[in-house]
Amino acid sequence: MTEDLPPTGEDIVQAPPRPAMEPFRGQGPATLVVALGGAIGALARWAVGLGLPTLPGAFPLGTFLINVAGCAAIGVVLVALTELRQAHPLWRPFLATGILGGFTTFSTFSVDSQHLLLGGHLALGLLYLAGTLGAAVAATWFGAAVTRRLGR
Amino acid sequence: MTALLVILGAVVGAPARFLTDRLVQSRHTSGFPWGTFTVNVVGSFILGTVAAATTSPTVTALVVTGFCGALTTYSTFGYETVQLARQGSPLLATFNAVGSVMAGLGAAGLGLAVGAVL
Repeated sequence: MTEDLPPTGEDIVQAPPRPAMEPFRGQGPATLVVALGGAIGALARWAVGLGLPTLPGAFPLGTFLINVAGCAAIGVVLVALTELRQAHPLWRPFLATGILGGFTTFSTFSVDSQHLLLGGHLALGLLYLAGTLGAAVAATWFGAAVTRRLGR
Repeated sequence: MTALLVILGAVVGAPARFLTDRLVQSRHTSGFPWGTFTVNVVGSFILGTVAAATTSPTVTALVVTGFCGALTTYSTFGYETVQLARQGSPLLATFNAVGSVMAGLGAAGLGLAVGAVL
């Protein structure tokens, strides 16, 4: 039975690479640029919130615009970086994971939705939930599709 | 001062998302974005808990706006949803979209309840 034989040199050479077992190896520089980008994105989100604060019982327009704009931007950025050109590997963690990840927020979206629903604003809560999801996914698709077309 | 607290929270939250995503995605081969799903649900729970437990502007800037805001992401969630659909998995894309929103909403509600008790 072949499975009882010890592994040969060829078996070892042909064994699939297992980078998955060490997810953090070599990620120091990427982690640093994610932190830097995340701080920039979060600061921008905070600034938008100063101008468009979320009021109790009202549609969270500031967070809505942040998430939709951030989704359109990530569609542009990731298609440009992964499909159109060979970019330095740190651009993606800086721009997409860092800045846009720090700019957009899922937790505020969840809690604001829950506040609207629990506060008896059922229609507004559902509108916010479905509206953000629909607009954000559409914006991502649009950003990616336009960039893909312009890049050809 | 508030801006510094936001930066401080984000400097921890964003790398936590990046590293959690890498860890979670290294533990399965399904191609489903469980990493982003995880940070978004956990972040929604933490934000709900903190929001219900305190109104302190310092804690809000540091943990809510800074940490939780940077720990969670709508842009990567949107991009991964669109990618699943483009790669011929409309069912997985729908599951990711609706499942993330429902799980985030549930986690936020649970967090609000827990925070109210604290």
